[in-house]
Amino acid sequence: MIDLLDKFDAIAGERQAYLDAGGRDPVGVVMSKVLSPTRAIINGRETILMGTYNYMGMTFDPDVIAASEAAVRDFGAGTTGSRSLNGTYTSHRECEAALKDFYGTKHAMVFSTGYQANLGVVSTLAGRGDFVILDADSHASIYDGCAMGNADIVRFRHNSVEDLDKRLGRLPPEAGKLVILEGVYSMLGDIAPLAEMVAVAKRHGAMVLVDEAHAMGFFGDHGRGVTEAAGVEDQVDFIIGTFSKSVGTVGGFCVSNHPKFEALRLVCRPYVFTASLPPSIVASSAVSIRKLMHDTTKRARLWDSTRAMHAGLKARGFTLGTATAESAIIAVIMPDQMTTLAMWQALLEHGVYVNFARPPATPTGTYLLRCSLCAEHTPEQIAEILRQFDAAAAAVGLRLPAAA
Amino acid sequence: MPARETIYARIVDLIGPLNKKAVPLTENTSFSNDLEMDSLTVMDLVANIEDEWDIVLPLNMLPELETIGQVADAVAKLTK
Repeated sequence: MIDLLDKFDAIAGERQAYLDAGGRDPVGVVMSKVLSPTRAIINGRETILMGTYNYMGMTFDPDVIAASEAAVRDFGAGTTGSRSLNGTYTSHRECEAALKDFYGTKHAMVFSTGYQANLGVVSTLAGRGDFVILDADSHASIYDGCAMGNADIVRFRHNSVEDLDKRLGRLPPEAGKLVILEGVYSMLGDIAPLAEMVAVAKRHGAMVLVDEAHAMGFFGDHGRGVTEAAGVEDQVDFIIGTFSKSVGTVGGFCVSNHPKFEALRLVCRPYVFTASLPPSIVASSAVSIRKLMHDTTKRARLWDSTRAMHAGLKARGFTLGTATAESAIIAVIMPDQMTTLAMWQALLEHGVYVNFARPPATPTGTYLLRCSLCAEHTPEQIAEILRQFDAAAAAVGLRLPAAA
Repeated sequence: MPARETIYARIVDLIGPLNKKAVPLTENTSFSNDLEMDSLTVMDLVANIEDEWDIVLPLNMLPELETIGQVADAVAKLTK
């Protein structure tokens, strides 16, 4: 018998060698207690959370929690069914209504996760003979949506308007085309030049889908994302988003004004063939989405904290993914895997949790310590995190060039 | 329409900078087994090949293109 798991020996061995040498597992963090959107107990120590994507700090919002409690009491723990069969409750419809109000669109479709939203929409929209044109740095869920579908997949260089234009120009004019962009790219925290890219896509007759997972709630006047901030809402055909970041729960969605949009509910397999979200999740998500429509104070706080963190790291000489704070993600670019792991561990042991990120999730050869800010981070927490970055860099011998 | 030999030679040139272990390159050299290229490097190489001949080499075709010779055949077909 061929052991089908043998093919993973290399990656499993690499991890084991690291653990045997006393390293702490970067994918094995356990929180024994969560105190707030920015604090948890990890390994018995109170830790500042700086890598959660909990941008608006809605996880502990009292109204969100109350909606969740009421729904679990009144509608039960789960739906035990697909949205297409017994899994649609009033609360699922209310959640979709909240999304339509938030984005000002005619249609909204809720999926069980953001990953499934991309998997479902990408694989269903583009069929055999169509083309998907995607950014090289697209999220795994977009690549997996491409792999699941039957369209031809064309990749353009990250955020290059010229490269997108060139590659669209090579495609047959009569073929269906879906250009997939992300408002914020989650690895380096850079934003897409959406105005230019959407114009190019439209000139070549392509439909456009924008994933706004990392932009909902704090880009644009209504918090709709980079699409709104760039002024191209009326030209973007589909927006994909998630509840597991700014909304503070879990789930995914697609919103659109396309008149034929509702047909997707009939044909999109990751929508049809999975259980729907529990009533507590959709009820709390709806409340959270409606609160995010109006919460300009949190937006301002998030941007203030992000700029302070970015400026602080830059002043200390760290190499960052973007020259200025473009989004609420700040990626510290590290020289190699071992230094990155050592520094990640040093930060955690001193009460700061950030994300360790490596290829292939990151662009080729890039190792990152990725921070994501929360509207609930205090100036004191930012100052403490910066202090710990200094200390951790010194402890692992990371050389910092003179500040820029 | 470039000749198959010209195409093959140019692909070998394009692989050069990515061939970190200086593996000898032949028609039968495998991208994953011999060159040990990760998926991101392969996709960057594809972009360079597309630009060289102004063609579209969709990512979903890649599983069928295991060796340098197979890529040369595919490019020859697409530039016809």
